[in-house]
Amino acid sequence: MTTSKQMTLKLKVWRQKNAKDQGRFVDYTVEGVNQAASFLEMLDVLNEQLIRKGEEPVAFDHDCREGICGSCAMMINGCAHGDMPRTTACQLHLRHFNDGDTIVIEPWRARAFPIIKDLVVDRSAFDRIISAGGYVSTNVGNAPEANSIPVPQQDAEAAMDAAACIGCGACVAQCKNASAMLFVSAKVSQMAHLPQGQPERARRARNMVAQMDKEKFGACSNTGACEAACPKGIKLTNIALLNRELARAQVKS
Amino acid sequence: MAMASWKAYLGSSIGKKKLVGLTGLALSLFTLTHMAGNLLMFVSADAYNLYSHTLVSNPAIYLAEAGLVAFFLIHVILTVQLTMDNRAARPAGYQHAAHGVKKTSFAAKTAILSGSLLLAFVVLHLQTFKFGTVYTTTVDGVEMRDIYTLVVEKFREPGYVAWYLLSLVLLGMHLSHGFKASFQSLGLFASNHPTLAKLGWAFAIIVAGGFITQPLAVYFFGLGG
Ligand code: HEM
Ligand code: FES
Repeated sequence: MTTSKQMTLKLKVWRQKNAKDQGRFVDYTVEGVNQAASFLEMLDVLNEQLIRKGEEPVAFDHDCREGICGSCAMMINGCAHGDMPRTTACQLHLRHFNDGDTIVIEPWRARAFPIIKDLVVDRSAFDRIISAGGYVSTNVGNAPEANSIPVPQQDAEAAMDAAACIGCGACVAQCKNASAMLFVSAKVSQMAHLPQGQPERARRARNMVAQMDKEKFGACSNTGACEAACPKGIKLTNIALLNRELARAQVKS
Repeated sequence: MAMASWKAYLGSSIGKKKLVGLTGLALSLFTLTHMAGNLLMFVSADAYNLYSHTLVSNPAIYLAEAGLVAFFLIHVILTVQLTMDNRAARPAGYQHAAHGVKKTSFAAKTAILSGSLLLAFVVLHLQTFKFGTVYTTTVDGVEMRDIYTLVVEKFREPGYVAWYLLSLVLLGMHLSHGFKASFQSLGLFASNHPTLAKLGWAFAIIVAGGFITQPLAVYFFGLGG
């Protein structure tokens, strides 16, 4: 392990002052950054340089930096969160790059995710989709007796897998259609598999899909780029399930 | 109320894709049966002509043809509409193309192009054969259209053979993505299910490959005398 190796990276970063600004790529060189650093730490180093020079630092979203909050969001050389499978940008490490590499860093691009500044986009469209039905509206009170609502193990697993979605938007960013199907399908699937999700099942699917369309995300072309880009490994099986759920909601109405 | 809810369902992005998947899969299965029928060229001219004659002299053919045309039109209209909506959903593209596992397949990215060429092919194809020169022949004492002779005539023209081969490679490409994709739209399986993904490739290669054997046999190996 040569964890102390220093490297120099050339960056092409999208800079955009605000939603109205046209925006453009700006070239930067980051020198002497440790190979053990994460991608976001490398951007921190860049920002320190910029601040010392009296320039505006690059704005990017981040919070937990341990791959669980879904805040970090950027296209790294055309790949959402970089080209490593099942990795968020904050968990991507520089050891996967070579000294002297040029890296292109762009914001998520989707009509439904307008750019706020530099690499920061407005992902509130996801919140509005959740508000349209991604919840269970009964007052559950205290935690029930653990075994009072039996859930078959397979269903519990499928629900847990879908619930792993951190809502980062990588699926939208990677999809050629900027489609939100993987996100919406994970949120619908997580509850369709559980007894608590049954009473509102049809309405949830219908309302969340209606909101998804209203936000002007694209349709699903079944390319699978979303699953490949998802840092949490959310599966295309959820999309097949959502397609079934909406048909089921229609037939039952 | 019921009508309005069906309109909302079929007008949603998911509803439209349900129709695209359904029509796409039906058209895919049609291409398979069409390809299998064409293989009769290798049995004999009579077998081929008799097959064609049996099909067109069954009154149900009008219903089948109307259905095919309707499915084809629904598929074209919705995919053109979806492609426009999908492009509008990303007004500004990326500077850097995706690479590695996060890349989208060429066939999926170019479905509108392969599809548009298929549309041109189908129109010309009907003009060339269905509404083309009528030769006649007699098989087992029954007078019928000699479609075999017309096909052989066309497959001897290098320009026609080149266009036909190009169109079938594009059909193969369209199917290599479309066949498996339709199962996901219909809500049956994930399109990357390992068995389905393999089946999708096999389907595309068998259909396109099967269609390609006849022009090759006529042009290069003298099938049809
Ligand atoms: C022999 C004729 C055709 C067959 C067998 C066929 C088959 C299919 C299938 C199975 C799909 C997958 C549907 C899905 O994702 O659920 C598909 C998608 C598609 N087809 Fe066709 N198709 C044919 C002709 C055409 C034509 C003439 C067009 C012309 C516009 C076209 C344009 C498209 C497009 C753009 C898609 C992708 C839709 C999307 O990205 O969501 N196809 N086709
Ligand atoms: S910062 Fe929380 S997932 Fe990357």
